[in-house]
Amino acid sequence: MKNFSYHTAKNIKEATKLASSKTAYLAGGMTTLPAIKLRMAAYSDLIDIKKIKDLTGIKVSGKTLKIGATTKHADVASSKEVKKSIASLSSLADGIGDPQVRNRGTIGGSIANNDPSADYPAACLALNANIHTSSRKIESSKFFKGMFETALKSGELIQSVEFQIPEKSCYVKFPNPASRYAIVGVYVAKFKSEVNVAVTGAKSYVFRCEEIEKILSKNFSESSLNSLNLKTSGLNADIHASADYRAHLILTLAKKAVASCK
Amino acid sequence: MQEVRLEVNGKRISKDVPDQTLLSELLRDILNLTGTHIGCDTSQCGACVVHVDGKSVKSCTVLAADINDSKITTIEGLSQNGKLHPMQEAFKKHHGLQCGFCTPGMVMSAIDLLKNKKNPSDQEIRDWLEGNICRCTGYQNIVAAVKEAANKS
Ligand SMILES: Cc1cc2nc3c(=O)[nH]c(=O)nc-3n(C[C@H](O)[C@H](O)[C@H](O)COP(=O)(O)OP(=O)(O)OC[C@H]3O[C@@H](n4cnc5c(N)ncnc54)[C@H](O)[C@@H]3O)c2cc1C
Ligand code: FES
Ligand code: FES
Repeated sequence: MKNFSYHTAKNIKEATKLASSKTAYLAGGMTTLPAIKLRMAAYSDLIDIKKIKDLTGIKVSGKTLKIGATTKHADVASSKEVKKSIASLSSLADGIGDPQVRNRGTIGGSIANNDPSADYPAACLALNANIHTSSRKIESSKFFKGMFETALKSGELIQSVEFQIPEKSCYVKFPNPASRYAIVGVYVAKFKSEVNVAVTGAKSYVFRCEEIEKILSKNFSESSLNSLNLKTSGLNADIHASADYRAHLILTLAKKAVASCK
Repeated sequence: MQEVRLEVNGKRISKDVPDQTLLSELLRDILNLTGTHIGCDTSQCGACVVHVDGKSVKSCTVLAADINDSKITTIEGLSQNGKLHPMQEAFKKHHGLQCGFCTPGMVMSAIDLLKNKKNPSDQEIRDWLEGNICRCTGYQNIVAAVKEAANKS
Protein backbone atom coordinates (compact mmCIF):
# COMPACT_ATOMS: atom_id res chain seq x y z
CA MET A 1 0.00 0.00 0.00
CA LYS A 2 1.11 3.52 -0.67
CA ASN A 3 2.57 5.11 2.46
CA PHE A 4 0.45 7.30 4.68
CA SER A 5 0.59 8.41 8.28
CA TYR A 6 -2.05 7.21 10.71
CA HIS A 7 -3.51 9.50 13.36
CA THR A 8 -6.14 8.98 16.02
CA ALA A 9 -8.29 12.03 16.68
CA LYS A 10 -9.55 12.40 20.25
CA ASN A 11 -12.30 14.86 19.41
CA ILE A 12 -14.01 16.59 16.50
CA LYS A 13 -11.86 19.70 16.74
CA GLU A 14 -8.66 17.68 16.53
CA ALA A 15 -10.00 15.69 13.57
CA THR A 16 -10.99 18.71 11.49
CA LYS A 17 -7.74 20.48 12.35
CA LEU A 18 -5.70 17.58 10.97
CA ALA A 19 -7.80 17.34 7.80
CA SER A 20 -6.81 18.75 4.42
CA SER A 21 -7.38 17.97 0.75
CA LYS A 22 -4.67 15.28 0.98
CA THR A 23 -6.14 13.42 3.95
CA ALA A 24 -9.09 11.11 4.51
CA TYR A 25 -11.04 10.27 7.61
CA LEU A 26 -10.79 6.63 8.57
CA ALA A 27 -14.07 5.17 9.79
CA GLY A 28 -14.65 1.49 8.96
CA GLY A 29 -11.99 1.58 6.26
CA MET A 30 -14.06 -0.83 4.18
CA THR A 31 -13.95 1.51 1.21
CA THR A 32 -10.82 3.56 1.90
CA LEU A 33 -8.35 0.71 2.45
CA PRO A 34 -9.30 -1.30 -0.67
CA ALA A 35 -9.25 1.97 -2.68
CA ILE A 36 -5.69 2.70 -1.51
CA LYS A 37 -4.60 -0.87 -2.25
CA LEU A 38 -6.09 -0.73 -5.74
CA ARG A 39 -4.35 2.62 -6.29
CA MET A 40 -7.63 4.36 -6.90
CA ALA A 41 -6.84 6.72 -4.01
CA ALA A 42 -3.74 8.01 -2.21
CA TYR A 43 -3.58 10.07 0.97
CA SER A 44 -0.79 11.64 2.99
CA ASP A 45 -2.64 10.93 6.23
CA LEU A 46 -5.56 8.89 7.52
CA ILE A 47 -7.37 10.40 10.48
CA ASP A 48 -9.08 7.74 12.57
CA ILE A 49 -12.36 9.13 13.93
CA LYS A 50 -13.61 5.99 15.70
CA LYS A 51 -12.30 6.99 19.13
CA ILE A 52 -14.42 10.16 19.12
CA LYS A 53 -17.25 9.31 21.51
CA ASP A 54 -19.65 12.03 20.26
CA LEU A 55 -19.75 10.42 16.82
CA THR A 56 -21.32 7.13 17.79
CA GLY A 57 -24.73 6.10 19.07
CA ILE A 58 -28.41 5.86 18.26
CA LYS A 59 -31.10 8.12 19.67
CA VAL A 60 -34.82 8.50 19.10
CA SER A 61 -36.34 11.82 20.06
CA GLY A 62 -39.89 12.74 19.12
CA LYS A 63 -40.27 12.37 15.38
CA THR A 64 -36.66 11.67 14.47
CA LEU A 65 -34.04 8.95 14.76
CA LYS A 66 -30.45 10.16 14.99
CA ILE A 67 -27.51 7.90 14.22
CA GLY A 68 -23.91 8.91 14.94
CA ALA A 69 -21.56 8.89 11.96
CA THR A 70 -19.26 6.11 13.17
CA THR A 71 -22.11 3.79 14.21
CA LYS A 72 -21.48 0.45 12.54
CA HIS A 73 -23.95 -1.23 10.20
CA ALA A 74 -24.14 -4.21 12.61
CA ASP A 75 -25.11 -1.92 15.50
CA VAL A 76 -27.86 -0.26 13.45
CA ALA A 77 -29.12 -3.69 12.37
CA SER A 78 -29.33 -5.01 15.92
CA SER A 79 -30.60 -1.84 17.62
CA LYS A 80 -33.98 -2.20 19.34
CA GLU A 81 -34.59 1.56 18.99
CA VAL A 82 -34.08 1.39 15.22
CA LYS A 83 -36.30 -1.70 14.90
CA LYS A 84 -39.03 0.02 16.84
CA SER A 85 -38.88 3.42 15.15
CA ILE A 86 -37.89 2.60 11.54
CA ALA A 87 -37.80 -1.19 11.01
CA SER A 88 -36.95 -0.80 7.33
CA LEU A 89 -33.69 0.94 8.25
CA SER A 90 -32.74 -1.93 10.52
CA SER A 91 -33.25 -4.45 7.71
CA LEU A 92 -31.39 -2.20 5.26
CA ALA A 93 -28.36 -2.20 7.58
CA ASP A 94 -28.65 -5.98 7.98
CA GLY A 95 -28.45 -6.39 4.20
CA ILE A 96 -25.25 -4.40 3.61
CA GLY A 97 -22.43 -6.58 2.29
CA ASP A 98 -21.66 -9.41 4.69
CA PRO A 99 -21.28 -9.75 8.49
CA GLN A 100 -17.61 -8.71 8.46
CA VAL A 101 -18.37 -5.60 6.39
CA ARG A 102 -21.19 -4.78 8.81
CA ASN A 103 -18.88 -5.24 11.80
CA ARG A 104 -16.60 -2.45 10.50
CA GLY A 105 -18.45 -0.26 7.99
CA THR A 106 -20.20 2.89 9.24
CA ILE A 107 -23.16 5.02 8.18
CA GLY A 108 -21.01 8.17 7.90
CA GLY A 109 -18.49 6.42 5.66
CA SER A 110 -21.25 5.05 3.48
CA ILE A 111 -22.95 8.37 2.78
CA ALA A 112 -19.67 10.32 2.51
CA ASN A 113 -18.60 7.83 -0.14
CA ASN A 114 -21.96 8.05 -2.00
CA ASP A 115 -21.41 4.91 -4.07
CA PRO A 116 -24.03 4.80 -6.86
CA SER A 117 -25.18 1.40 -5.54
CA ALA A 118 -24.96 2.03 -1.79
CA ASP A 119 -27.99 1.48 0.43
CA TYR A 120 -27.92 4.28 3.04
CA PRO A 121 -28.17 7.13 0.52
CA ALA A 122 -31.61 5.79 -0.50
CA ALA A 123 -32.66 5.78 3.16
CA CYS A 124 -31.49 9.38 3.56
CA LEU A 125 -33.55 10.62 0.59
CA ALA A 126 -36.66 8.58 1.42
CA LEU A 127 -36.63 9.51 5.10
CA ASN A 128 -35.92 13.26 4.60
CA ALA A 129 -32.70 12.95 6.58
CA ASN A 130 -30.66 15.88 7.75
CA ILE A 131 -26.89 15.38 7.71
CA HIS A 132 -25.25 17.15 10.65
CA THR A 133 -21.62 18.04 10.00
CA SER A 134 -18.84 19.82 11.86
CA SER A 135 -19.99 23.12 10.34
CA ARG A 136 -23.67 22.90 9.31
CA LYS A 137 -26.83 20.92 8.71
CA ILE A 138 -27.38 19.65 5.16
CA GLU A 139 -30.69 18.34 3.81
CA SER A 140 -30.31 15.02 2.00
CA SER A 141 -31.86 16.50 -1.13
CA LYS A 142 -28.84 18.83 -1.30
CA PHE A 143 -26.22 16.38 -0.01
CA PHE A 144 -25.88 13.78 -2.78
CA LYS A 145 -24.39 15.60 -5.75
CA GLY A 146 -23.17 13.01 -8.24
CA MET A 147 -21.31 9.74 -8.61
CA PHE A 148 -19.13 9.45 -5.45
CA GLU A 149 -19.80 13.17 -4.96
CA THR A 150 -21.41 14.96 -2.03
CA ALA A 151 -21.87 18.51 -0.76
CA LEU A 152 -19.14 17.93 1.86
CA LYS A 153 -16.31 20.45 1.68
CA SER A 154 -12.70 19.43 2.20
CA GLY A 155 -12.25 18.41 5.84
CA GLU A 156 -15.95 18.69 6.70
CA LEU A 157 -16.85 15.91 9.11
CA ILE A 158 -20.22 14.17 9.27
CA GLN A 159 -21.32 13.94 12.89
CA SER A 160 -24.72 12.32 12.61
CA VAL A 161 -27.60 11.50 10.33
CA GLU A 162 -31.08 12.41 11.52
CA PHE A 163 -33.95 10.51 9.89
CA GLN A 164 -37.63 11.49 10.04
CA ILE A 165 -39.72 8.62 11.36
CA PRO A 166 -42.37 7.76 8.73
CA GLU A 167 -45.84 6.27 9.22
CA LYS A 168 -44.63 3.23 7.37
CA SER A 169 -41.76 2.29 5.10
CA CYS A 170 -39.96 -0.52 3.37
CA TYR A 171 -36.65 -0.97 1.51
CA VAL A 172 -36.28 -3.71 -1.09
CA LYS A 173 -33.05 -4.35 -2.92
CA PHE A 174 -32.11 -6.63 -5.73
CA PRO A 175 -28.51 -7.35 -4.79
CA ASN A 176 -25.66 -8.17 -7.09
CA PRO A 177 -25.08 -11.78 -6.02
CA ALA A 178 -21.31 -11.29 -5.76
CA SER A 179 -20.87 -7.90 -4.12
CA ARG A 180 -24.28 -7.57 -2.37
CA TYR A 181 -24.42 -3.95 -3.52
CA ALA A 182 -27.76 -3.00 -5.07
CA ILE A 183 -28.28 -3.57 -8.78
CA VAL A 184 -31.39 -1.61 -7.93
CA GLY A 185 -32.77 -0.75 -4.50
CA VAL A 186 -36.04 1.07 -3.80
CA TYR A 187 -36.94 2.75 -0.51
CA VAL A 188 -40.60 3.69 -0.05
CA ALA A 189 -41.56 5.87 2.92
CA LYS A 190 -45.08 7.08 3.65
CA PHE A 191 -45.47 10.20 5.74
CA LYS A 192 -48.69 11.93 6.75
CA SER A 193 -48.55 14.40 3.87
CA GLU A 194 -46.20 12.79 1.34
CA VAL A 195 -44.81 9.60 -0.07
CA ASN A 196 -41.09 9.41 -0.87
CA VAL A 197 -39.59 6.86 -3.23
CA ALA A 198 -35.79 6.81 -3.40
CA VAL A 199 -33.90 4.66 -5.86
CA THR A 200 -30.26 3.51 -5.67
CA GLY A 201 -28.17 1.54 -8.15
CA ALA A 202 -30.10 2.69 -11.21
CA LYS A 203 -28.38 5.99 -12.12
CA SER A 204 -25.01 7.59 -11.48
CA TYR A 205 -26.26 8.41 -8.01
CA VAL A 206 -29.29 8.04 -5.79
CA PHE A 207 -32.50 9.84 -6.84
CA ARG A 208 -36.18 10.19 -6.01
CA CYS A 209 -38.61 8.77 -8.53
CA GLU A 210 -41.28 11.45 -8.87
CA GLU A 211 -43.45 9.48 -11.29
CA ILE A 212 -44.00 6.77 -8.69
CA GLU A 213 -44.30 9.26 -5.83
CA LYS A 214 -47.09 11.15 -7.61
CA ILE A 215 -49.20 8.04 -8.07
CA LEU A 216 -48.61 6.68 -4.57
CA SER A 217 -49.41 10.03 -2.95
CA LYS A 218 -52.91 9.77 -4.43
CA ASN A 219 -53.40 6.06 -3.97
CA PHE A 220 -50.95 4.16 -1.79
CA SER A 221 -51.40 0.70 -3.24
CA GLU A 222 -49.41 -1.80 -5.26
CA SER A 223 -52.05 -1.95 -7.99
CA SER A 224 -51.98 1.81 -8.57
CA LEU A 225 -48.59 1.28 -10.23
CA ASN A 226 -49.82 -1.39 -12.66
CA SER A 227 -50.20 0.86 -15.68
CA LEU A 228 -47.00 2.86 -15.17
CA ASN A 229 -44.21 2.58 -17.71
CA LEU A 230 -40.92 4.09 -16.58
CA LYS A 231 -38.61 5.79 -19.04
CA THR A 232 -35.25 4.12 -19.45
CA SER A 233 -33.27 7.18 -20.51
CA GLY A 234 -30.55 8.06 -18.04
CA LEU A 235 -30.62 4.66 -16.36
CA ASN A 236 -27.39 2.67 -15.94
CA ALA A 237 -26.65 -0.12 -18.39
CA ASP A 238 -23.75 -2.48 -17.66
CA ILE A 239 -22.82 -6.17 -17.62
CA HIS A 240 -25.12 -6.72 -14.66
CA ALA A 241 -28.32 -5.21 -16.05
CA SER A 242 -29.56 -3.25 -19.08
CA ALA A 243 -31.40 0.05 -18.70
CA ASP A 244 -34.69 -1.67 -19.62
CA TYR A 245 -34.14 -4.29 -16.95
CA ARG A 246 -33.33 -1.64 -14.37
CA ALA A 247 -36.52 0.28 -15.23
CA HIS A 248 -38.45 -2.94 -14.77
CA LEU A 249 -36.71 -3.57 -11.44
CA ILE A 250 -37.52 -0.09 -10.12
CA LEU A 251 -41.23 -0.66 -10.70
CA THR A 252 -41.25 -4.25 -9.46
CA LEU A 253 -39.30 -3.41 -6.29
CA ALA A 254 -41.47 -0.33 -5.66
CA LYS A 255 -44.57 -2.56 -5.79
CA LYS A 256 -42.97 -5.08 -3.46
CA ALA A 257 -41.99 -2.30 -1.08
CA VAL A 258 -45.52 -0.86 -1.04
CA ALA A 259 -46.97 -4.32 -0.42
CA SER A 260 -44.64 -4.95 2.54
CA CYS A 261 -44.70 -1.45 4.02
CA LYS A 262 -45.13 -1.41 7.78
CA MET B 1 5.89 3.94 12.94
CA GLN B 2 3.19 2.93 15.40
CA GLU B 3 3.52 0.93 18.56
CA VAL B 4 0.87 -1.77 18.43
CA ARG B 5 -0.07 -3.64 21.59
CA LEU B 6 -2.37 -6.61 21.21
CA GLU B 7 -3.34 -9.84 22.86
CA VAL B 8 -3.05 -12.48 20.16
CA ASN B 9 -4.42 -15.92 21.01
CA GLY B 10 -4.00 -15.15 24.70
CA LYS B 11 -0.43 -13.87 24.39
CA ARG B 12 0.42 -10.22 24.86
CA ILE B 13 2.55 -8.71 22.14
CA SER B 14 3.94 -5.28 21.39
CA LYS B 15 5.50 -4.35 18.05
CA ASP B 16 6.60 -1.22 16.25
CA VAL B 17 5.13 -1.37 12.75
CA PRO B 18 4.85 1.05 9.82
CA ASP B 19 1.56 3.03 9.87
CA GLN B 20 0.13 1.27 6.82
CA THR B 21 0.62 -2.27 8.22
CA LEU B 22 -2.54 -4.35 7.90
CA LEU B 23 -3.65 -6.72 10.63
CA SER B 24 -3.22 -9.58 8.12
CA GLU B 25 0.39 -8.52 7.51
CA LEU B 26 1.12 -8.23 11.21
CA LEU B 27 -0.25 -11.72 11.80
CA ARG B 28 1.39 -13.44 8.84
CA ASP B 29 4.64 -11.60 8.24
CA ILE B 30 5.60 -10.39 11.69
CA LEU B 31 4.03 -12.94 14.06
CA ASN B 32 4.37 -15.87 11.62
CA LEU B 33 0.75 -16.87 12.15
CA THR B 34 0.23 -17.99 8.56
CA GLY B 35 -3.03 -19.83 9.25
CA THR B 36 -4.82 -16.60 8.36
CA HIS B 37 -4.90 -16.64 4.56
CA ILE B 38 -4.89 -13.85 2.00
CA GLY B 39 -7.10 -14.53 -1.01
CA CYS B 40 -8.33 -11.35 -2.66
CA ASP B 41 -6.70 -8.75 -0.39
CA THR B 42 -9.63 -6.42 -1.16
CA SER B 43 -12.22 -7.54 1.41
CA GLN B 44 -14.26 -9.78 -0.87
CA CYS B 45 -13.30 -13.40 -0.13
CA GLY B 46 -13.14 -13.83 3.65
CA ALA B 47 -10.02 -16.05 3.72
CA CYS B 48 -8.46 -13.59 6.18
CA VAL B 49 -11.27 -13.51 8.76
CA VAL B 50 -10.12 -13.35 12.40
CA HIS B 51 -11.82 -12.19 15.59
CA VAL B 52 -11.13 -8.76 17.06
CA ASP B 53 -12.60 -8.50 20.56
CA GLY B 54 -14.82 -11.46 19.72
CA LYS B 55 -16.22 -10.12 16.44
CA SER B 56 -15.30 -11.44 13.00
CA VAL B 57 -13.51 -8.98 10.70
CA LYS B 58 -11.55 -9.18 7.49
CA SER B 59 -7.96 -8.71 8.64
CA CYS B 60 -6.84 -7.56 5.17
CA THR B 61 -8.99 -4.46 5.62
CA VAL B 62 -8.03 -3.41 9.14
CA LEU B 63 -4.93 -1.41 10.05
CA ALA B 64 -2.93 -2.90 12.91
CA ALA B 65 -2.67 0.56 14.50
CA ASP B 66 -6.45 0.95 14.33
CA ILE B 67 -7.13 -1.91 16.77
CA ASN B 68 -4.54 -1.14 19.41
CA ASP B 69 -5.23 -2.83 22.76
CA SER B 70 -7.66 -5.38 21.27
CA LYS B 71 -7.84 -9.12 21.73
CA ILE B 72 -7.28 -11.09 18.55
CA THR B 73 -8.15 -14.73 17.96
CA THR B 74 -6.87 -16.48 14.85
CA ILE B 75 -7.37 -20.03 13.62
CA GLU B 76 -4.21 -20.99 15.53
CA GLY B 77 -5.86 -19.94 18.79
CA LEU B 78 -8.89 -22.22 18.59
CA SER B 79 -7.66 -25.62 19.69
CA GLN B 80 -7.19 -26.12 23.41
CA ASN B 81 -4.57 -28.52 24.80
CA GLY B 82 -4.20 -30.20 21.43
CA LYS B 83 -7.95 -30.72 21.10
CA LEU B 84 -9.66 -29.25 18.04
CA HIS B 85 -12.43 -26.67 18.49
CA PRO B 86 -15.89 -28.23 17.90
CA MET B 87 -16.19 -26.21 14.67
CA GLN B 88 -12.87 -27.57 13.39
CA GLU B 89 -13.94 -31.08 14.41
CA ALA B 90 -17.21 -30.69 12.48
CA PHE B 91 -15.45 -29.40 9.34
CA LYS B 92 -13.17 -32.43 9.51
CA LYS B 93 -16.00 -34.90 10.01
CA HIS B 94 -18.22 -33.49 7.25
CA HIS B 95 -15.42 -32.93 4.79
CA GLY B 96 -16.19 -29.20 4.86
CA LEU B 97 -12.97 -28.48 3.02
CA GLN B 98 -11.06 -29.63 -0.01
CA CYS B 99 -8.00 -27.48 -0.74
CA GLY B 100 -8.42 -25.77 2.62
CA PHE B 101 -7.60 -22.28 1.46
CA CYS B 102 -10.89 -20.74 2.54
CA THR B 103 -11.15 -22.87 5.68
CA PRO B 104 -9.53 -20.66 8.35
CA GLY B 105 -11.82 -17.77 7.38
CA MET B 106 -14.87 -20.04 7.12
CA VAL B 107 -14.25 -21.49 10.57
CA MET B 108 -13.67 -18.10 12.21
CA SER B 109 -16.75 -16.64 10.54
CA ALA B 110 -18.93 -19.64 11.45
CA ILE B 111 -17.88 -19.43 15.10
CA ASP B 112 -19.00 -15.80 15.15
CA LEU B 113 -22.34 -16.86 13.67
CA LEU B 114 -22.98 -19.27 16.55
CA LYS B 115 -22.24 -16.48 19.02
CA ASN B 116 -24.99 -14.45 17.38
CA LYS B 117 -27.43 -17.26 16.69
CA LYS B 118 -27.45 -20.54 18.56
CA ASN B 119 -29.41 -22.70 16.13
CA PRO B 120 -29.18 -21.19 12.67
CA SER B 121 -31.19 -22.59 9.76
CA ASP B 122 -29.47 -23.62 6.53
CA GLN B 123 -30.49 -20.30 5.01
CA GLU B 124 -29.15 -18.33 7.97
CA ILE B 125 -25.84 -20.18 7.71
CA ARG B 126 -25.61 -19.42 3.99
CA ASP B 127 -26.53 -15.77 4.54
CA TRP B 128 -23.94 -15.39 7.27
CA LEU B 129 -21.20 -16.96 5.14
CA GLU B 130 -21.96 -14.46 2.34
CA GLY B 131 -18.52 -12.91 2.75
CA ASN B 132 -16.63 -16.23 2.63
CA ILE B 133 -15.95 -17.62 -0.81
CA CYS B 134 -15.06 -21.28 -1.39
CA ARG B 135 -14.03 -22.42 -4.85
CA CYS B 136 -13.95 -26.14 -4.03
CA THR B 137 -16.68 -27.58 -1.85
CA GLY B 138 -19.91 -26.18 -3.29
CA TYR B 139 -20.72 -25.14 0.31
CA GLN B 140 -23.00 -28.17 1.05
CA ASN B 141 -20.59 -29.78 3.49
CA ILE B 142 -19.63 -26.48 5.03
CA VAL B 143 -23.28 -25.85 5.90
CA ALA B 144 -23.56 -29.40 7.27
CA ALA B 145 -20.47 -28.86 9.42
CA VAL B 146 -21.75 -25.57 10.85
CA LYS B 147 -25.11 -27.23 11.59
CA GLU B 148 -23.47 -30.01 13.50
CA ALA B 149 -21.25 -27.65 15.46
CA ALA B 150 -24.40 -25.67 16.37
CA ASN B 151 -26.20 -28.80 17.56
CA LYS B 152 -23.25 -29.83 19.69
CA SER B 153 -22.63 -26.51 21.38
C1 LIG C 1 -17.33 -6.65 0.28
C2 LIG C 1 -18.07 -5.37 0.49
C3 LIG C 1 -19.44 -5.34 0.29
C4 LIG C 1 -20.17 -4.16 0.48
N1 LIG C 1 -21.51 -4.18 0.25
C5 LIG C 1 -22.22 -3.05 0.42
C6 LIG C 1 -23.64 -3.04 0.21
O1 LIG C 1 -24.26 -4.06 -0.09
N2 LIG C 1 -24.29 -1.86 0.37
C7 LIG C 1 -23.65 -0.71 0.75
O2 LIG C 1 -24.30 0.31 0.88
N3 LIG C 1 -22.33 -0.70 0.98
C8 LIG C 1 -21.61 -1.84 0.82
N4 LIG C 1 -20.26 -1.82 1.09
C9 LIG C 1 -19.63 -0.56 1.53
C10 LIG C 1 -19.69 -0.45 3.06
O3 LIG C 1 -20.99 -0.11 3.46
C11 LIG C 1 -18.71 0.57 3.60
O4 LIG C 1 -18.72 0.39 4.95
C12 LIG C 1 -19.00 2.02 3.32
O5 LIG C 1 -19.18 2.33 1.99
C13 LIG C 1 -17.87 2.91 3.80
O6 LIG C 1 -17.93 3.02 5.17
P1 LIG C 1 -16.65 2.97 6.07
O7 LIG C 1 -17.09 3.31 7.44
O8 LIG C 1 -15.95 1.70 5.87
O9 LIG C 1 -15.83 4.21 5.48
P2 LIG C 1 -14.28 4.46 5.18
O10 LIG C 1 -13.78 3.47 4.19
O11 LIG C 1 -13.54 4.56 6.46
O12 LIG C 1 -14.40 5.89 4.52
C14 LIG C 1 -14.99 6.06 3.25
C15 LIG C 1 -14.93 7.54 2.84
O13 LIG C 1 -15.79 8.31 3.67
C16 LIG C 1 -15.08 9.33 4.35
N5 LIG C 1 -15.67 9.43 5.69
C17 LIG C 1 -15.83 8.40 6.58
N6 LIG C 1 -16.46 8.86 7.68
C18 LIG C 1 -16.68 10.17 7.50
C19 LIG C 1 -17.31 11.20 8.29
N7 LIG C 1 -17.83 10.95 9.50
N8 LIG C 1 -17.36 12.45 7.78
C20 LIG C 1 -16.85 12.73 6.54
N9 LIG C 1 -16.27 11.82 5.77
C21 LIG C 1 -16.18 10.55 6.22
C22 LIG C 1 -13.64 8.89 4.33
O14 LIG C 1 -12.77 9.99 4.41
C23 LIG C 1 -13.54 8.17 3.01
O15 LIG C 1 -13.34 9.07 1.98
C24 LIG C 1 -19.50 -2.98 0.90
C25 LIG C 1 -18.12 -2.99 1.12
C26 LIG C 1 -17.40 -4.16 0.93
C27 LIG C 1 -15.94 -4.16 1.18
S1 FES D 1 -8.09 -11.60 1.74
FE1 FES D 1 -9.29 -10.44 3.08
S2 FES D 1 -11.26 -10.71 2.28
FE2 FES D 1 -10.03 -11.72 0.81
S1 FES E 1 -11.82 -25.68 0.24
FE1 FES E 1 -10.77 -24.83 -1.43
S2 FES E 1 -11.52 -22.81 -1.43
FE2 FES E 1 -12.77 -23.72 0.03
